[in-house]
Amino acid sequence: MKKLLALVLALALCLGLVSFSHADDLIKVGVVNNPPSESGYRAANVADFEAVFTEENGYELKTFYSIKNDEQLQAASGFITDGVDVLLISAAETTGWDEVLKAAQEAGIKVYLFDRMIDIPEDLYEAAVVSDMPAEGAMAVGWLLDQKLDEYKVVHIQGAMGSDAQLGRTGALDEQFAAGTMTKVVQQTATWDEAEAKKIVESVINSGEDFNVIYAENDGMARGAVAALDEAGITHGKDGKVVVMGFDCNKFALREVLAGNWNYDGQCSPFQAKVISDLIKSGETPAEKKIINAERFFDAATITEEDIATYGLGD
Amino acid sequence: MIVTKKTLKKKGNLSQLMIPLIAFGLLIIFNLIRDPGFFSIETKLNNAGNTVLAGNLISIINGASELAILAMGMTLVTAACGGQDISVGAAAAIAGSVFVKVIRGASMVTGGTVILAFLACCVVAMLFGSFNGMLVSVFRIQPMIATLILYTCGRSIAYWINGGATPTIDGSITGAIGSFIPGVPIPTPVIIVVVMIILFSLAFRFTTLGLYTQTVGINQNAARLNGINTTLIKLLSFVILGICVSVAGCIGVCRLQLINHETLLIDIEMDTILAVAIGGNSLGGGKFKISGSILGAYVIQMLTTTLYAMKVSSTDVKAYKAIVIILLVVIGSPVVKRWFTKVMANIRGASIRRLGVKEGN
Repeated sequence: MKKLLALVLALALCLGLVSFSHADDLIKVGVVNNPPSESGYRAANVADFEAVFTEENGYELKTFYSIKNDEQLQAASGFITDGVDVLLISAAETTGWDEVLKAAQEAGIKVYLFDRMIDIPEDLYEAAVVSDMPAEGAMAVGWLLDQKLDEYKVVHIQGAMGSDAQLGRTGALDEQFAAGTMTKVVQQTATWDEAEAKKIVESVINSGEDFNVIYAENDGMARGAVAALDEAGITHGKDGKVVVMGFDCNKFALREVLAGNWNYDGQCSPFQAKVISDLIKSGETPAEKKIINAERFFDAATITEEDIATYGLGD
Repeated sequence: MIVTKKTLKKKGNLSQLMIPLIAFGLLIIFNLIRDPGFFSIETKLNNAGNTVLAGNLISIINGASELAILAMGMTLVTAACGGQDISVGAAAAIAGSVFVKVIRGASMVTGGTVILAFLACCVVAMLFGSFNGMLVSVFRIQPMIATLILYTCGRSIAYWINGGATPTIDGSITGAIGSFIPGVPIPTPVIIVVVMIILFSLAFRFTTLGLYTQTVGINQNAARLNGINTTLIKLLSFVILGICVSVAGCIGVCRLQLINHETLLIDIEMDTILAVAIGGNSLGGGKFKISGSILGAYVIQMLTTTLYAMKVSSTDVKAYKAIVIILLVVIGSPVVKRWFTKVMANIRGASIRRLGVKEGN
């Protein structure tokens, strides 16, 4: 019995050594991210990293997903103890990371931030690949101005107040309201809730006020708004009365744009893995540490089936 | 003696509905002063080519459907267990996800598929309901603590069912459930609420459900000594709430033909409990009136719609809502009620005395 046990142990040790030596030529990557259940955006983000950092591409991937900052911090410390080569972080909160990232620096681990910035000195990380939310808002409002409508009477449906996406997407439109180039019919938060967005638009329609633009800060709320338009018999989209704008580029939304029911859908790109992988492989430190991930938008006039397949989130 | 008891009881029931009715009256008067056309109803031709009713009143009655249905079930749970289920929103997300999963699994969406999907989501919601009910009735855990478990993990479970993103469904049948059946000008969710009300009244009329629930809520030991299976009654209330959850979840999904497990009926548990409270039901269990809770649900939706119509700034809506609700709940509290009765009695007494003095003269 004892002999058998010893044999098994020895075998396990050998296997362990084998796997260790096997892992040596791979770059060990530890990813700390928010859980895919957070949103469609996050699901695509997590899937992107899992698709790029594969063994075929020369990586050994370890992941940890949590919406809680302290759990993320523990996981990051764990990855450092495990001896990863590279640490990739999308933090739940912007604070509290100094200690852990100093430990990573001392251990010679390269740290890349993605999706979200952290409040730390620049020398603690190699690069940060992030989205620029205000630029997304500016891009959308720029597109809207390019449409050269006779008048802009905007129903503005906001996301959860204070979130990065809401602040960025609201900012550019607020400038137009302040400048008087666009008229604010209603500005109301639906806190990302599709059904609430429908109720808000219903109340505008019931009040009898005229409007010709719906600017919803995500796809779900745009869908809710459109449901209210449909029930009231108001035309919308490419050949309709009301211009419909959404954000996030879910596949269902892009299909609506392709069908001409909506006019515009702006992207907040969840695809940062390729950029980071290229940086790791090249071994170079970029001149500017903060790298803004390129954003796209799609409008009813130019969108193609291929765009939906390439850039659409979800299914 | 018997007659007085009866009249007393009747008076008590009426006063229970006073609060939601007063709230209704105030909101209606306020809106009429603000905008005389607020409650006007018109017919419109919608984009699907149906003639339908439209207007604020329709929006209110339609928008409160899920809340009203959940409030019916929540009243039963409250009455039987003296506590509330705070997991209804999360459970509805699970139920909605199951509904979407079954429909997406089918190659073609027919009436049969939709019924099958609804039955599947009903079974799942009743299972989760009996899980909650089990914790409460068998293990005697406080309802709010017991349902905190599902409240915390429910939306994650909903996520596992369909995976990430926001799956959508297509089909004229689900679309009709969420908005209008061709040829019928009334929103379908409203019709579903009416059906639920009829089902509940039939259950109360032809079974002892109402009486037993009330008895268990008032005095559990006395109920048990009288041969009522208290465990079963409590469990049953949660299972019935489970049915309500599945109906509400399906309506929520069908409205937009999409499920977002994070936002479907979000925070509705608080509004549901509020509807029960505004309806004049004791949150400590015992006597209950489902009609009060349903009225409460419409009061809450009317309040929200009023605030939207007034274009109250998005950051302030919840604060205004809170102020009105505090007022309603305080006015409905036993302390104020007692004080009010006393004042009324004093006034009446004073006037009688004065009358007496007059007569004496």
